[in-house]
Amino acid sequence: MGKAKHLLQGVTSWPDIYWPLVSKVFLRNMKVFQKTWKANIMFNFIEPVLYLWAMGFGLGVYVKSIAGLSYIQFLAPGLIASSAMFATTYEMTYGSFTRMSFQKTFHGMVATPVSMDDVVMGEILYGTFKGVLYGLVFFLVVLLFGLVKSPFGILVLIPVCLMAMIFSNLSLIWTSIAPNYDSFNYFFTLFVSPMFLFSGIFFPIQSLPVAIRFLPWLTPLYHAVELNRALVLGRFDGSSVGHLVWLVAVAALTLRLPLVMVKNRLVQ
Amino acid sequence: MAQTDNIVEARNIVKKFAEFVAVNGINFAVKPGECFGLLGPNGAGKTSTVRMIYGFSPVTAGSLKVFGRDIMTDARKIKARIGIVSQDDNLDPDLSVRENLMVYAGYFRIARELARQRTEEILEFMDLRDKAEEVVDHLSGGLRRRLTLGRALINQPELLILDEPTTGLDPYARHLVWQRLRKLKQAGTTMLLTTHYLEEASQLCDRLIVIYRGEILEEGTPLELIERHVGKDALELGVVPEQREAVTDSAAHLVKASQTLGDDLVLFSNHGRELSTAVNEWAERQGIPLSYQRLRPANLEDVFLKLTGETLEATQNERDAGGGW
Ligand SMILES: Nc1ncnc2c1ncn2[C@@H]1O[C@H](COP(=O)(O)OP(=O)(O)OP(=O)(O)O)[C@@H](O)[C@H]1O
Ligand SMILES: [Mg+2]
Repeated sequence: MGKAKHLLQGVTSWPDIYWPLVSKVFLRNMKVFQKTWKANIMFNFIEPVLYLWAMGFGLGVYVKSIAGLSYIQFLAPGLIASSAMFATTYEMTYGSFTRMSFQKTFHGMVATPVSMDDVVMGEILYGTFKGVLYGLVFFLVVLLFGLVKSPFGILVLIPVCLMAMIFSNLSLIWTSIAPNYDSFNYFFTLFVSPMFLFSGIFFPIQSLPVAIRFLPWLTPLYHAVELNRALVLGRFDGSSVGHLVWLVAVAALTLRLPLVMVKNRLVQ
Repeated sequence: MAQTDNIVEARNIVKKFAEFVAVNGINFAVKPGECFGLLGPNGAGKTSTVRMIYGFSPVTAGSLKVFGRDIMTDARKIKARIGIVSQDDNLDPDLSVRENLMVYAGYFRIARELARQRTEEILEFMDLRDKAEEVVDHLSGGLRRRLTLGRALINQPELLILDEPTTGLDPYARHLVWQRLRKLKQAGTTMLLTTHYLEEASQLCDRLIVIYRGEILEEGTPLELIERHVGKDALELGVVPEQREAVTDSAAHLVKASQTLGDDLVLFSNHGRELSTAVNEWAERQGIPLSYQRLRPANLEDVFLKLTGETLEATQNERDAGGGW
């Protein structure tokens, strides 16, 4: 209890952010990314492509149509979102944790005019960027497969961006309380993987038992998947607005937490 | 307004970690152009103190001013004017030596052209030119330390804070760092240095405080402290414990202070030779065997021994357990 209180100390105060320095933190991460992006992109990218092949073409032979769509058409927009989700969560857990503890990169940065809030904000932007980048790459794959049916399709980057920001925030919250690398296994097993399976990527959530049908609604992934599908198909309606509002609101509401929690963990 | 000219002014500063008091109300001031030392064993509170000075860790109580500004409210402005060599290595392992300097310059918002120029100067000054393209992960400890010091110079700091800058370096590397620090001092950089190497403190510091368990035990120039507490010379003698008092008393008028150090007795004096002669004659007369003896100049280590009754090594084992990051 005392620990939670310590970690949340100052949560109601305004963060000490200076954007020109936030951008320096972001650029530092970009510089490192530039050195490894090829291996990096492959790593995060191959898995969803495999899913697209295996599920879309393999399973697609048996599933004739789902919600009036071919299976691969149903599947593809969701995988754009999950590809972004994995990129962001890996970066903001393993990656950020390494910078925060093992490499003490954050310590080095705050020994300059950069504040800890600048550092964490720079991390959030970087995590969001990575999500958007992987989302974009996967979008291009989907495009090549001929599965983007509307010019509005490119707008998937908006929900993907919002969702990636939420995942940056949530991952950093976990990172701020993680004692070691092993604890990220829990994060992925308990949250990320179930989300991947049950957020309407592989089957409509209406197939879930009534009692737990509300659960996907609580996840950022579900809202991004629904919006992506609507945009790729060019069919949006009132519910699309609802998803967008959800993403905007949760991104804004969760933003303060990682800033304060990482700071309170490091600064003693 | 002579007081406000101080670069650092600490009044009764306290640092608590939960209930544990790491720094217990210390007072000191660092004057422009001097090298000020914080000397103490592991766990004394040196790092806790400097972390407050560079705004990393909040001051629990007391007032701490750097360049006349309050560190708790003006951290960004203050940090722009200081350079920090922290105790733990936090170089960017993914980047090359040159990139480390360039990226760091960015955090100070130094214009690109100027940053490039300073980077080259620093590579030259720290003798790192051959290694400029090397990835930091592949550097030896000594080179990393040199780069850390170089990195701290990127903003041409008015105050350089050095937390154990040479710990873990071999004698050659240590001397190289000392030499560079002397040059910087000649150029007018104010320095605040923590160390548990007494030689380092005597070599570099104009004034120092000895801290122990979060409190200041003594303050002065290295020579003053040596004179005040132990005199010029130290005579180490191998005598059995039962005879120690008798040996000390035998030349009481020459002994300024005494201490046991492991199996040896150490006598401090301003007249080492006379003391040595007197003790030897007396021992011969009494038939007391002296298994070992050595006369040497007294040093800060002796001051420390005298002040705390411990050696620096003896306290090394109490290494901070709850260090966190
Ligand atoms: N984050 C922390 N939480 C709890 N206790 C701490 C923390 N940091 C330091 N301490 C304790 O405060 C005391 C002073 O530590 P500090 O690091 O300032 O010592 P030091 O003089 O720098 O020692 P060293 O020579 O080992 O670097 C130690 O007992 C240490 O265990
Ligand atoms: Mg220390």
